[in-house]
Amino acid sequence: MSDTEMALNNPVRTREQDLIASVQRGQRELFYELVQPYERRVYAAALAILRNEQDAEDAAQEAMLKAFKNIGQFRADARFSTWLIQIAVNEALMRRRRERTVQIEGIDDHRSGRGDEEKEYAPRDFADWREIPSEALERKEVRERLAKALATLDQKYREVFVMRDMEHLNIQETAEALGITVASVKTRLLRARLMLRDLLAAGWEQGWFSRLPFEKGNKPW
Amino acid sequence: MVNGGKTNHEAVNCEQVWREISNYVDGEVDAGLRSSMDEHFRTCKRCASVLSGTQNVVTLFGDERMLEVPAGFSQRLEKRLARLEKNTASSGSRWSSLSAWLIPVAAIASFTGALALVDQLSFKPPAKSILAEPGRDIPPEMLVVVSDGSKVFHVAGCPFIHDKATERTITAKEAIQDGYVPCSRCLRQYLKASVTGQHDDDEASEEADEGQGEVVGAVGH
Repeated sequence: MSDTEMALNNPVRTREQDLIASVQRGQRELFYELVQPYERRVYAAALAILRNEQDAEDAAQEAMLKAFKNIGQFRADARFSTWLIQIAVNEALMRRRRERTVQIEGIDDHRSGRGDEEKEYAPRDFADWREIPSEALERKEVRERLAKALATLDQKYREVFVMRDMEHLNIQETAEALGITVASVKTRLLRARLMLRDLLAAGWEQGWFSRLPFEKGNKPW
Repeated sequence: MVNGGKTNHEAVNCEQVWREISNYVDGEVDAGLRSSMDEHFRTCKRCASVLSGTQNVVTLFGDERMLEVPAGFSQRLEKRLARLEKNTASSGSRWSSLSAWLIPVAAIASFTGALALVDQLSFKPPAKSILAEPGRDIPPEMLVVVSDGSKVFHVAGCPFIHDKATERTITAKEAIQDGYVPCSRCLRQYLKASVTGQHDDDEASEEADEGQGEVVGAVGH
């Protein structure tokens, strides 16, 4: 395939590659343009690990600054988004290690995958959702409900789910980013998805996915 | 349909389906298993419900709208990057101006001997701005405040400390070694000592410019 054909097939990637090359050559002022499309993903990765919004913002911004300082080390054969997210994950994990809560939760347990994930998870709710249109996400209420459900998951399930289903890393990349095995990623992902499904099935049965945003007696003000 | 978690006529039972449903959604089951699971979903409403729910979870959480950054995140990031870029650029230009310097100095030294070379190397070009002055006669053990917000050090309580969340107290000697310069407000007396008469006008105009900058910065915070 010619360069032109490749550019037509994937203009974003080509533009990104141009930006990376320019920044690496010294046009540092273009760096923000390069990372701006990924700031939400970088923040979400940090939030998945740290839970606290302020800590997540600090970690995400620090990760961007580290990426800026180390852009020379980025290799063209890697995916830039994955590289950036990996830096954010490392930064967030490093900050979490500093927290006392980690000592209680136990990094070893997090890494080795011990605990209840080895038991099989059986779905609890068999309500038939059918397809929920993604237009439902236009409503803040729906997004908040989903975020709340995600926040209730245990750390190890939430971070795998976020990397895989929200950051769209593949199984191997997720394993590398979090420093766990591919088998652990698959087990935790299955459990996370089924748990979220159960958590949200209750809301589906209550009808909040389909309810109008401003019902009588349900105004947001 | 489902009899104690097992089906009467499927090659796979419900438990097997639940165990593989995440891989099925990701397209990571082989053709034989996929076909068995498809057949199972056609006849088992409960598993069909688990499948549609899992697909909803993946679709909804995978939507970009689920990734939100806190208000002002982009502006804060852009500002920090601009500051870092400025610092990187200025340290680069300092190095290049020093390199440019060394060439004529070395040429002169070749004519005037080794002693003259030492004298030339110890000479520093005058700072272009009062804001870049290293200060003079600053007590080395004086405690000063620095922060990540800028490369300026202050006396405690100075209203022009950027990024107060990261402020820390160190000695003036350490601050100077780390490349910080004295604040033109709270440590003015140490700058005045090093400014010759010819800088007075420049100082006044730069003071005005810097003052405007500080107001913008304060609003930004």
